[in-house]
Formats: sequence, C-alpha cells, structure tokens
Amino acid sequence: MTSRNAIEVRDLVVGNGDVTAVRGVSFTIPQGGRMGLVGESGSGKSMTALALMGLLPMGWSTHGSVLHDGVDLVTQSDKALSSRRGRTISMVFQDPLSSLNPVRRVGDQISWVIRKHMGVDKKTAEQQTIELITQMKLPRPEQLVRAYPHEISGGQRQRIMIAMALACYPQLIIADEPTTALDVTVQKQVLRLLNGAAHDRGSALLMITHDLPIIAAMCDTVAVMYAGRIVEMGPVAEVFRNPRHHYTRGLLDSQPTMDNIALDGTSRLVSIPGMVPPLHDLPTGCAFNPRCAVATDRCRAEMPELSGDTLKSACWHPVPNSSEVAAQ
Amino acid sequence: MALYALRKLVFFIGAVFVASVAIFLLIRAAGGNVAAIVLGKDATADAINALATAYGLDRPLPVQYFDWILGMLQGDLGQSFRTKEAVADLVVGRLSVSIPLALSGLLLGLIIAIPVGTYAARNVGKPSGAVLALISQIGIAIPVFWAGILLSVLFGVRLGWLPTGGWVDWSDDWVGSIRSLVLPVLSLGLIMAAVLIRYVRSAVLDVMNQDYVRTARAVGMTRTQALLQVGLRNAALPIVTIVGLQIAELIGGTVIIEMVFSLPGLSRMILANVAAREVIVVQSTVMLIIVFVIFVNFVVDLLYGILDPRIRNAA
Repeated sequence: MTSRNAIEVRDLVVGNGDVTAVRGVSFTIPQGGRMGLVGESGSGKSMTALALMGLLPMGWSTHGSVLHDGVDLVTQSDKALSSRRGRTISMVFQDPLSSLNPVRRVGDQISWVIRKHMGVDKKTAEQQTIELITQMKLPRPEQLVRAYPHEISGGQRQRIMIAMALACYPQLIIADEPTTALDVTVQKQVLRLLNGAAHDRGSALLMITHDLPIIAAMCDTVAVMYAGRIVEMGPVAEVFRNPRHHYTRGLLDSQPTMDNIALDGTSRLVSIPGMVPPLHDLPTGCAFNPRCAVATDRCRAEMPELSGDTLKSACWHPVPNSSEVAAQ
Repeated sequence: MALYALRKLVFFIGAVFVASVAIFLLIRAAGGNVAAIVLGKDATADAINALATAYGLDRPLPVQYFDWILGMLQGDLGQSFRTKEAVADLVVGRLSVSIPLALSGLLLGLIIAIPVGTYAARNVGKPSGAVLALISQIGIAIPVFWAGILLSVLFGVRLGWLPTGGWVDWSDDWVGSIRSLVLPVLSLGLIMAAVLIRYVRSAVLDVMNQDYVRTARAVGMTRTQALLQVGLRNAALPIVTIVGLQIAELIGGTVIIEMVFSLPGLSRMILANVAAREVIVVQSTVMLIIVFVIFVNFVVDLLYGILDPRIRNAA
C-alpha cells in the first residue's frame, strides 16, 4: 500500500454517549478520486463528513481511524487539525448564506485562508484571492471582494465557499449537499465549477448528496448509507445498474424520471415504505429489515457485513443481478 | 452609512421632542396648577396668583412649553423658585459626580462581563462554567444598595482603606474624589457585570452554534480563534443592544448608590427637589436624563450600523 490515498477511513464510529450516528464505516478514496455518499436524512452521512473534519458538535466523539496525509486525524488535537483544515482537507457546506461570516467582506474571508496556510503576505493573498474569484467565473472580481455575503446571490456565495475550500489546493474536498440550497438553474453551474476546479487541482472529492444523478455524473464510486452504516459500495455504473441491496434498489426506483412520473394517476414512481429508524431505537439484525420486502428471520437476527469484490453489499438476500436473472 | 446615520438622527430628535412634551404634560397633569404645587396646600390664592404671574405660569400651556424648550436649547434650564439659582449652574457641579460614577460603573461592568461571559460560554456544561453562572445569578439577586453597604462595611469600616461616603470636590483634591468614587463604582459595576455576564454568555453561545463559526474552523481556525475572531465580533450586536437597555438600570442604580454613599450627584439633587416641590428644577433635570438615555440609544443604533453591514445597507 505505497500509493497514498486522499483518505482512508477504518471502522469509524461517531456517537454522543446516548446515540451512535455512525456505526463502523470504512472507505478509501484514492488521490484524485471521486466518491459519492448517498442516503436519506439521518443516515449519518453528514456526521461522517464532520467527523473526518474534526468538526463534530460539542459532546460527540469519534472512534476508529481516519488516515489522511500520513496521520490519523482522529488522534489529532484541535490545534493540529486546524493547520490541516482548509489546507490538505476542506469542506463546502450546504447553505452558503449561513456558512459565510455575515460581517466580513468575502474577499477578506478568502484571503484569510490563503494567508493562514500559504504563509504569504497580505498583498499576495489579496492578489491570489482575485485570481481565485476569477477562476470561479464570478463577475468583476475587484468589486466582488469588497462585497458582504448578503450582497451577492446564492450561487455566487457558494462559489465563494468553493473558492475558500480550494484556495490551498487540498488533497480532499468534502462537499455536503453543496447545491441543495441553490436555485435549480445555478445548481449545475456550481457543480460543474466544483468538479472542474477539483480536477485542475488534483483534489479528491467526497460528494454527499441524496441526488443520485449528481453522483452518476460526477463520481467514480458510490457508497450508500443507511442508519449509520454503509450498506452498499462500489463503482457508480455497477451500483446504479445492478444494485444488490434492496435499499439501493428502492432509492433508485424512487428517483423521478420522464418514464415514471405521470401526473394522470398512473405514476409508476415507487417509494420505500416506512421511515428511517430513529438512532436510539434501531432494529436488530439488518437495520433495513422492517422496510424490506424480502426480509427473513435471519435479517431480523443477524447484521450482514459488507461483502463482495468490486461491488460490496451488506445483505443476506441480495437482489439477483441481471446476469443471474438471465441464467434462470 | 451616512443615510443610515441621518435617519437615526431624525429618530433621535423625534424621540427627544415626544419625551419633552410627555414630561411637560405629566408634571402639569400631576397637580394642575404649578404655582399651587410649589407653594403647598396652605398658600393663599393671592400668593399663588402672584407666583404664577411672576414666572409666567398663567400663560397658555403651548407658550409655556416653547418658552421652556427654547430655553433648554440655549442652555437655560430655568431657575429655582426658592434659591433663585439657575438650574444649569446647580446641574454642572452635580454632573461632575454622576457622570464619572455612571460611566465608570458601566465600563467596569463591561470589562468584567465580556471576558467572563465568553469564558462561561466556552465552558458550558463544565464545572467552571456552572460556577460562573451561579455567581452571576447571585449577583443579579443582590440589590445594588446591599452591595454598596457590604462593600462599605468591608473596605470602609473593617479595613479602613476607603471612605464609606462623602465627597471631596475634584478641584480641591482629585485623589480624594477618586477615592470617594471607588466603592460606589465597584458596587454599580459588579451588579452591572452580574447581569451582563448572562447576556454575554448566551449571545456567545448562540453565535458559537452558527454555521459561519463552523466554516471558520473548517478553513483553519482553532476553536478559540473562531470564538475570538468570528464569534465575539458577531456577538457584539446583541451585547450592544443589552448595554443600551441597561443604561436606564444604570441611572436607577446611581440614584441609590448616591444615597448609600452620600454623594452629591444629580440623582440626589432630583430627589431633594422633588421633596421641595421645585417643579422647574425637576422638569429640566429629568429632561436632561431622558435626553441622555435617548442619546445612548442613538449611539447604539449607530453602532449597529458600524457592526453589521446588513443593517447599514437596509437603510
């Protein structure tokens, strides 16, 4: 294992004493790789992201290991982490309005990051800020640096957030639903920008979203989370074409497409019955069993582990893949 | 910002005008005939009429009001019925006690409350945070006169370090003046601090949970840096609001503290003149205090504009 990975997560557990939001998650993103993390609200995907950054809310703690840039982030102090955050690992948050400091000019917020991590003087940092804003395809950078967050549009704010995250050429960028708070019309532009800018810098990307088409368009691998665990993981094309886990199947079937949304009542859009179980009251065995059509006593008693070669899934009765169906 | 400041200035002038009409009418509504109030219930009708004529109190109310307010604008606060002294002269000497007392008390309150409140917010859920919250709670429960008496007993009577009361004029012995002010300022400041600590703590706590503080940490600030560089700057707005509101409390506190430490301040002068039925003196000095309170709120509004670009632009 000499090739360095952007991040290597092993048996990550995140809890606050009462509840465990992430229950043993492992994945690896190679340098420059793109991984999507999908799941419903409450599946633990955002907590996973915050744990990698060391930014969990008060009272939450992390176990397991997160290898990044030669160190285990879990064991690092806040001070040691602060020298990495924004430099080797950075994050783009969901709501750019609440995520930017309302009382500082956006240019100052970006140039602070550059000065902190690149050790350059004020003047150079300001120049680099202008260049960065230009790269983000924002209009009139010289004026924009002097604007406050509330004076610019949502899409522009998210580009500023992306500029901050990319300013120091990080090895890994975590994007937690970066376009959820944006108008549909600008979502695609912002994603394209994030994708291109990450590619130019050779940065790996961990894309957290519940929007499957985004994953299909941007990522190489995808991990599906359910109730704090990864239930299926593998190359995007394979997972989306031949999901083995019934939860993934359900997620894919509940995506609206031109074929399955009919407004005349003949809609074939299906939804997964039931709800994500509360973290303090998880079912025994496979956490998905109460909502699963093929669940058996085994599913209710024993928790399946991730298994498989390129496509790994955690299911006792996996969905038969198309070649198996053909053989029957 | 200039437009914003101009709007706030218009509000300030409007508020002062409304307050002046209110105080003028309230005093007349209380007794009806000012001359009768001044002379008391044993006065003859002739004496009342003579006084009313001499001081123009028999003129229509709007005329009296504008006469008073135009005089105020030129620094003429009227004169005492008994001593014939100009109110302005009486007030100036008193302000040299009250203003240093009130401002130092407020300043001390802030100097204690901001770091302690911030520390309490940082340590919420830990024993040190709980102890601070408890001390602040006790401080709130202690009335300011009781704090004054306790401090006076300890430092004045027991230890004999500082005077327990009384006043030496600044021009006679400024060190003596400062020594006279130490205990009163301490009483006011500690009680102010106890109240402010709670507000600072909750303002900082609220700000610490904001997304932008998390972002600040996500780009390389330590928890403490994010607190001091991003958190406090954003918490300044609610803190400034509370300080503005506490100004009225502060003035109430100085009235009591001036009594406890026998300081010849403005508040004690007003109390004495209320007792002596010096209507004009009371009317003018209360108006001065009202103008001060409204002015502080005007300054608070301006600070909002400086602290928060969103408010500045909204104007």
